[in-house]
Amino acid sequence: MTAKTSNAPAKKPVSSASAHSRKHINPMNRQSAGDRVVSVVTYIVYAFFAFVCAYPFYYIIINSISSNTLSERGKVLFWPMEIHFKNYTRMSTIPGLLDAARVSVLRTVVGTILTVVIAAFLGYMFTRETMWKRKLWFRFVAVTMYFNAGIIPWVLCMRNLGLANNFWGYILPMAVQPFYIILCKTYCESVPRELQEAAEIDGAGTLRVFVQIMLPVIKPILATVAIFAAVNQWNSFQDNLLLMTNRPDLDTLQYKLYQYITQANSLKALVSNTTNSNAVMASLATAATATSIRMSVTVVVVLPIMLIYPFFQRFFTKGIMIGAVKG
Amino acid sequence: MSKKTRSYVEFLYILPLLILVALISYYPLYGWIYAFHDYMPPKPISSETFVGLKWFAYIVSNPTRLADVGRVLVNTFAMSGISLAFSWFPMFFAVFLNEIHCRPYRKFVQTVTTLPNFISWVLVFSVAFNVLSSTGAVNSVLISLKLIDKPIAFLSSKDNIWFKMWLWLTWKNAGWAAIMYLAAISAIDEQMIEAAKVDGATRMQIIWRITLPCLLPTYFVIVMLNLANFLSNGMEQYFVFQNSFNRKTIEVLDLYVYNIATSGRGNYPLSTAISMLKSIVSVALLFITNTVSRLVRGEGFV
Repeated sequence: MTAKTSNAPAKKPVSSASAHSRKHINPMNRQSAGDRVVSVVTYIVYAFFAFVCAYPFYYIIINSISSNTLSERGKVLFWPMEIHFKNYTRMSTIPGLLDAARVSVLRTVVGTILTVVIAAFLGYMFTRETMWKRKLWFRFVAVTMYFNAGIIPWVLCMRNLGLANNFWGYILPMAVQPFYIILCKTYCESVPRELQEAAEIDGAGTLRVFVQIMLPVIKPILATVAIFAAVNQWNSFQDNLLLMTNRPDLDTLQYKLYQYITQANSLKALVSNTTNSNAVMASLATAATATSIRMSVTVVVVLPIMLIYPFFQRFFTKGIMIGAVKG
Repeated sequence: MSKKTRSYVEFLYILPLLILVALISYYPLYGWIYAFHDYMPPKPISSETFVGLKWFAYIVSNPTRLADVGRVLVNTFAMSGISLAFSWFPMFFAVFLNEIHCRPYRKFVQTVTTLPNFISWVLVFSVAFNVLSSTGAVNSVLISLKLIDKPIAFLSSKDNIWFKMWLWLTWKNAGWAAIMYLAAISAIDEQMIEAAKVDGATRMQIIWRITLPCLLPTYFVIVMLNLANFLSNGMEQYFVFQNSFNRKTIEVLDLYVYNIATSGRGNYPLSTAISMLKSIVSVALLFITNTVSRLVRGEGFV
């Protein structure tokens, strides 16, 4: 505060004089009428933005737990009506949905672990000045951020490599991510050299220094990378569409959801399947409809993101900041 | 272990990963040779299938194909152009968000508006489908307010599709894109703003004379990146939103390449040829914008 006020000594008498005439209001907090209008308009406009972003999610959630007949007729707008959870308990009976959930979870877990380990290891190795042609290899990896061959040549080559219709087609193409490697490398560079050198004098090799010294120290950046990688894996749709053309058992939740929305016919078949198995118990209000399946599957797919996002927001923000400084 | 051996051993540790990068990122460039063959899977390419520049010549010599490419380029330029024309939006979003002094409210707005960035395009489409369908929230409200009698078919019409795609893109990205500007705003020297306040500047004056000029370098980089990616809109957004009504106006280059390879008998060589041209132009654009950035700012972004 002292620094701020001392910076403008010449202007001080003027402002304190005007403050005096206004009954000692601090000039810093004084708002003109125009400022107040700006304030009010800003609050209203941002309330609108927040509403536009949040309401669709709220709308889908309340509809997925409301009476399916009311929801079908577009009556559920502000709060859930005739609440029931049949749409969710029925999910396990939708053919293929559990398998898709399993694939989605598995690719997220395996893919995230592999991506993080590789980013940490390469990020660390690219700081080892002793390595043969270190700079060349770093450029070799980093430059892949700036070009791509195009999806069709990519698909044809992945087929040649045997990654099409193969679970590893979800994992290996996304395993080495230059952006994450640069994040880790930057972080490793900020760790004091003495730490590594001390361990090396004690006889620790390159790998041992990585596992025992560096990994624990760079944990904060690994958390950021892990969050990004996990969200990417969970959301990934294109690799399913392009590579897994003959293996419906490898379809992910994202792909299933896309099918439910676009293929009305297959959804009708699904609806009759799932209602028949529950025919005795199902009242009209809770019977499965195309809309109810769509909405409840949407909630299941979006929920993991909505649950982790508010807690990990600072990690996301940190990632974009370091990236912006570097890139 | 001698120093020399150690430096090779360290290289051997990363060699498997370098090979993985070569296979995943560099080998597909070799896949461009499919553009020079009459390739029909599952028959592999050989010296017999080699046709030279046939497919490149086909693009310009076949009038319907040429018209198609022209239409797709118009779509691509329109969508990228609209994004570029409104690229100031996240900056203003950040500037006025920063004017909200109630911290919890500001945090809330920021969290809620950045969330859509982390859901997939399939989910965005699902949200759009559920909210905009004939019995969805928007049509229900409009009908009950007696503003319309029949539900509007928002998604299955080709009207204003370019603008609608921009709206969804903005819905998904704007809050997130604003974060970079918010960081730049917090880096502005506080003394400058205090001094302006002491001189009696209003908030709008502070925004126009101090905040916005301080954000211009960041905005410049964003514009350059936009230009570098002018041809690459990605295919996912347009793929999920495409249907038989809007196909003609929604097809951007990335989606077109996918569609000609997968629809009907599937023309892989033609698709690869167009991909190849696009990639080369994109790399050229990146070089140009990076050079411009270096001339204007003294540093590039690559």
